[in-house]
Amino acid sequence: MNTLALTNNTMTLPTSKDPSAANSKDQAVDIQAIVEELKHATQPVGVPFLDDPKFYTRDVDVFYNQAKQAIFGVDLDIGKNEVIAMIGPSGCGKSTFLRCLNRMNDTIDGCKVTGQLLLDGEDIYAKEQDPVLLRARVGMVFQKPNPFPKSIYDNVAYGPRIHGLTANRSELDDIVEDSLKKAGLFNEVKDRLQAPGTGLSGGQQQRLCIARAIAVSPEVILMDEPTSALDPIATATIEELIDELRQSFTICIVTHSMQQAARISQRTAYFHLGYLVEVNKTNTVFTNPQHRLTENYITGRFG
Amino acid sequence: MMQMSNKTELVRASLAKRYAREKRFRFWGLASIVLSLTFLAILLTTIFMQGWPAFTQTYMKLDVNLSAEALGVDAHAPQDKLRAASYDTVVLNALTTRFPGITERKQKMALKKLVSSSAAYDLQKMVMANPKLIGTQQTVWVMADDDIDTYFKGNIDRTQPEADRRIKDFQLVWLDDLEAKNEIERRFNLPFFTSGDSREPEQAGILSALMGSFYTMLVTMTLAFPIGVAAAIYLEEFAPKNNTLVDFIEVNINNLAAVPSIVFGLLGLAVFIQFFGVPRSTPLVGGLVLTLITLPTIIIASRAALKSVPPSIRQAAYGMGASRVQTVFHHTLPLAMPGILTGTIIGMAHALGETAPLLMIGMVAFIVDIPQGITDPAAILPVQIYLWSDSPERAFTEKTSAAIIVLLFFLVMMNLLAVLLRKRFERRW
Repeated sequence: MNTLALTNNTMTLPTSKDPSAANSKDQAVDIQAIVEELKHATQPVGVPFLDDPKFYTRDVDVFYNQAKQAIFGVDLDIGKNEVIAMIGPSGCGKSTFLRCLNRMNDTIDGCKVTGQLLLDGEDIYAKEQDPVLLRARVGMVFQKPNPFPKSIYDNVAYGPRIHGLTANRSELDDIVEDSLKKAGLFNEVKDRLQAPGTGLSGGQQQRLCIARAIAVSPEVILMDEPTSALDPIATATIEELIDELRQSFTICIVTHSMQQAARISQRTAYFHLGYLVEVNKTNTVFTNPQHRLTENYITGRFG
Repeated sequence: MMQMSNKTELVRASLAKRYAREKRFRFWGLASIVLSLTFLAILLTTIFMQGWPAFTQTYMKLDVNLSAEALGVDAHAPQDKLRAASYDTVVLNALTTRFPGITERKQKMALKKLVSSSAAYDLQKMVMANPKLIGTQQTVWVMADDDIDTYFKGNIDRTQPEADRRIKDFQLVWLDDLEAKNEIERRFNLPFFTSGDSREPEQAGILSALMGSFYTMLVTMTLAFPIGVAAAIYLEEFAPKNNTLVDFIEVNINNLAAVPSIVFGLLGLAVFIQFFGVPRSTPLVGGLVLTLITLPTIIIASRAALKSVPPSIRQAAYGMGASRVQTVFHHTLPLAMPGILTGTIIGMAHALGETAPLLMIGMVAFIVDIPQGITDPAAILPVQIYLWSDSPERAFTEKTSAAIIVLLFFLVMMNLLAVLLRKRFERRW
């Protein structure tokens, strides 16, 4: 029976001195040693800092329920009108960090964020900072397309309505049309704006969510794995869209796919177990990674 | 390494056992469903068989002579004189004319009791509406007494010895005569739905109990629904998680749902009536007590409905910069509405059938008048059923079942409404 129980452990990381994984030791990286190193590193490898950034973050720690720390001392600048991709294996804290940027973590009980996070030099965790106002400036698109169970029109019009951005119906109509056009969805839905948004295909739903996010003209759009639930064609459409949106917005995108990061981003940040390991121009990260972990990740040794 | 053929054998051997177990389980499940349906069918059949006759009533033809001498008033008398005229005499005269030559005192008494005491009231109403009828001969149909009604519905066995019967032999002669001459008729019992309770079974109606239940439910609904939903929203969306006080409140709400309802009745008596001085026996105090009983049900159902709204919708709303209240009222609450409404209506149906706590707050009183508002003394349907089931007259048995039918009708209607509302508000996401 014992021989049956032996699964292919060889692909996992040797996080302990498990003898069954010994035969892969020559290929694998000693993660624990590197994490020890990361703890003592003062800043990420590469070029994390910029002049005149959109977001300026220093020493960001995130805790869940006090006991569990998800992010350790992240220092990162995000530039204006750039697409920055955040990559890393599951559980590395990239999504958590993204959600710090518009205080979505506030909605999770027991989640605590410390450190300095500035948007245009303004502390977004300051007491007088209103998360509602912040989220009107920093929009978000989620992993799973989540249109409201309302009409397509109402979905896009929701943001302008609650924030009181329009004075009359025709202005609202213009915003809805404009946002749908920017999201590349208008031609597909122009005849059925009153149809339910949930009746669209997955890719259309995600573009509807993007249209909804840009309807309030945010300065930044955060995207949390926006294409992971979509087919390749829908993914390609959204990737093209992201490239166009870069003209008007700053875009932070979390992605599981290194290829996607390589295709769409100007800068790439590599996270590992809650640490920001390396930040650099996307090209540099993928062709000439400077940290061993990054190199191992992008060459597919683990992930 | 295990031998492959050996393993197949072992699995095959265990298969038979597994399928047998599944078969047994399905048999027991089916058996229990059949059993419960049988009992339900027996219950409903019994109630309908017993209650159905109560929806008809025996009427008797009466030739009345509305002479001025017998009434003691003439056509030009004022209304209050007309009201006080002796219509009893007219009825008795009509009966003695129909069955002449009765001298024995006992038989005279029985003769008077052929028709319901409502006959005189019917005449009074007729004459007061049209005083010109005084001095004329009229043919009217009046309600028969409950014993006569019971006899014609076949609930008195004439083969029994006379001493054991409520209808004696000489009465049977009259009744046979009346029947032979077509002076007896079974009609739809409209007074059952238009009058209040009465000591006379043939005059007892359900309207006062129905109105009492209606007003009580109105109070319960207006209080329990908003309070329950608000409490559920607060606990589910706003209250801090992992907070000792909130956990304590949650545990208590769940426990309250299981507290015997009579305890709530005592609470209502002590708090609402004794302390706050709310008038007893009224739909107001009944509604307050039923609100306490219904609240846990509504809160638990509403919380479950709110919890089942996918978190992605909340995230989307927060991501758009909606405030907490906007998120709840624009998205979460509308999506949870079908579940909330179902829970509320089930809670209300529960409250509609509640009896014990209302006995504690005096809603068991004998109420003849139809309540006009939430501060009038009132009985409610289940208490009316309880009162009638406790009455000695044979005719109240069928009234009890008839009242149960009416109560069941409203319960089924409420459940139907719950289904319809759920269908109407249900949305996909």
